Amino acid sequence: MTRILMKGAEAVGEAAIKAGCRHFFGYPITPQNEIPEYMSRRLPQVGGTYVQGESEVASINMLFGCAGAGVRVMTSSSSPGISLMQEGISYIAGAELPVVIINMVRGGPGLGGIQPAQSDYFQATRGGGHGDYFTMVLAPATVQEAVELVMDAFDLADKYRNPVLVLGDGIIGQMMEPVEFPEKEPARFEKPWATTGCKGREPNIVKSLLLDPYALEEHNRKLQQKYERMKREDVRVETVDLEGAEVVLCAYGTTSRVCRTAMERLKEKGVRVGLIRPITLFPFPEKTVQALDPKKVKFILTVEMSLGQMVQDVKLFTEGRIPVHFFGRTGGVVPTPQEVVHEVLKHLGKEVEK
Amino acid sequence: MPYIEVDPELCKGCGICVSVCPKEVLKLGEKINTKGYNFAVQFKEGCIGCKMCADMCPDVAITVFKEVKAEGAKP
Amino acid sequence: MSAPAKPIFQKPESLRDRPTHYCPGCTHGIAHRLVAEALDDLGLRERAVGVAPVGCSVLAYNYFNCDFQEAAHGRAPALATGIKRGRPDTIVFTYQGDGDLASIGMAEIIHAANRGEKITVVFINNAIYGMTGGQMAPTTLVGQKTTTSPYGRDPEQIGWPIRMAELISTLTAPVYVTRQALYTPQLVRKARKAVREAFRLQAEEKGFTFVELLSTCPTGWGLTPVEALEWGKEKMMDYFPLGEFKKPGEEEGGAK
Repeated sequence: MTRILMKGAEAVGEAAIKAGCRHFFGYPITPQNEIPEYMSRRLPQVGGTYVQGESEVASINMLFGCAGAGVRVMTSSSSPGISLMQEGISYIAGAELPVVIINMVRGGPGLGGIQPAQSDYFQATRGGGHGDYFTMVLAPATVQEAVELVMDAFDLADKYRNPVLVLGDGIIGQMMEPVEFPEKEPARFEKPWATTGCKGREPNIVKSLLLDPYALEEHNRKLQQKYERMKREDVRVETVDLEGAEVVLCAYGTTSRVCRTAMERLKEKGVRVGLIRPITLFPFPEKTVQALDPKKVKFILTVEMSLGQMVQDVKLFTEGRIPVHFFGRTGGVVPTPQEVVHEVLKHLGKEVEK
Repeated sequence: MPYIEVDPELCKGCGICVSVCPKEVLKLGEKINTKGYNFAVQFKEGCIGCKMCADMCPDVAITVFKEVKAEGAKP
Repeated sequence: MSAPAKPIFQKPESLRDRPTHYCPGCTHGIAHRLVAEALDDLGLRERAVGVAPVGCSVLAYNYFNCDFQEAAHGRAPALATGIKRGRPDTIVFTYQGDGDLASIGMAEIIHAANRGEKITVVFINNAIYGMTGGQMAPTTLVGQKTTTSPYGRDPEQIGWPIRMAELISTLTAPVYVTRQALYTPQLVRKARKAVREAFRLQAEEKGFTFVELLSTCPTGWGLTPVEALEWGKEKMMDYFPLGEFKKPGEEEGGAK
């Protein structure tokens, strides 16, 4: 395998192509324009199609059609565009179609800013649109991990017949890091439900409408079973130095890298600190949080580029057994390791350096 | 002679076929179907097989029949 | 001596054998049949993928005998784009009403047409929102009373009805853009030819085709089915002229 230096946005595009994706429908929005630009250049080279939809609304519906016809497909956008896609994502989840969606999160709400943020956690992990559904959410922290997660996303989307959201941010999209693409053939999935033309079979109908309330309830229960299976089989998390830790940091994506630097500085000060880095934000690594020993861990500090979203899940799953604190910067401001160190020392009641 | 048949369960008694028939051989009958519609019937002879009723029926309830001449018979 | 009678008109294979939920006299039934006849005639049923809208025909997938997808309101041309790009061998068509196509879906139809997606769009224009109970549509006629234009559509307040066929025909990519009507047997026969032509051009991979079908809504218009056909012939055809606004081989289209 060769390692090449690639910008995150372009690397995820190439990862999709390696996963067998030949169709991309999207709309430009900062800070992820390099993704559609890369796809528009690469897809014709591999016999695929790039279509620039007239809006994110149109793009997500193009994904619906293409996925409904049994074809691997992807889109990408950033926060305001993802908001526009929520209608389509709800329909895709209801119709049980496999799609991959990349969100390079930027500051909000509204038009917000173009710098990185993590303020779409609620939107990402609570379905995002109307109705009782979830999308699987994968959160890479490096460009290499983004590549691997995007490739896995297509398989997971097909395994569950569900949308899979890859949650990045402007930093991951813009930075360049060495990348190796895993050499593997794209997995093949049988899709007897797809609208390929009804020759030799009864017609297929891809829809999310169920006017009979009992039928709709049953459908919803079936969807929930899917999400329960995700919780059993596909949780991903990285843990660092949890053994003997008195303080546990919880962070994902770019923020987790800030925390790693903070951990080194804290260890120099004699603090026994560990890290829980969720990689699947849905399903959230509940068991990892629940396994923390309240007799040993003084508190969990959740660090986010928001004003507190994932922290609610951390509180939910600790069930009050361990104090949970929060530190965040938002609007595009990235927390520094020193700020994280300061917060930990403050909560430990130690002398803090200015 | 050509004739038509209306599927009583598909007909909704809209009356369009009655209004377009050039020979006025159709009417909404006395009987009702399970949905309560008085369905259309051909009540007298005179159908010319023009198919205008079938073309206008929104419920595709009408089948139009025409006798086929036996082979060898003069047209 | 003559042999037993044979049917010279019967239900097309591309329509399922089941009653529809449409109101008595609603011309959706005629439009559905014309599409089904075209699919049968051209042998396209097994390649066809329809896209159902939100509107009275939201359940169209229950009536056609081919693959179908159900779109969010207005988005059918986007779904159709995804289907045709993903599976170029399928024959893809959308079937949409006034709200779906000319209101919420205006961006999607204009851009699918402008990109020249090789799909067929069937636009059912009855100047009203039927399913939701008879509200004003972008195609509602001046002075026409609906549940949200109780004093009659006032162009000074909200503009004039939109002529979609003309609008789309000004784009370069579409290869066949026509408006027909379903108000008399003669008009239905012309409409049948137009619908068939639209599908034939898609089967020959020529490009984007669009058929607007002037229709009725007896319930929404407050008229009997037969009266509705009369009103359509008199009032709808007056404002929405029939014709072929774009034909294969023409670069420029537009109202003629």
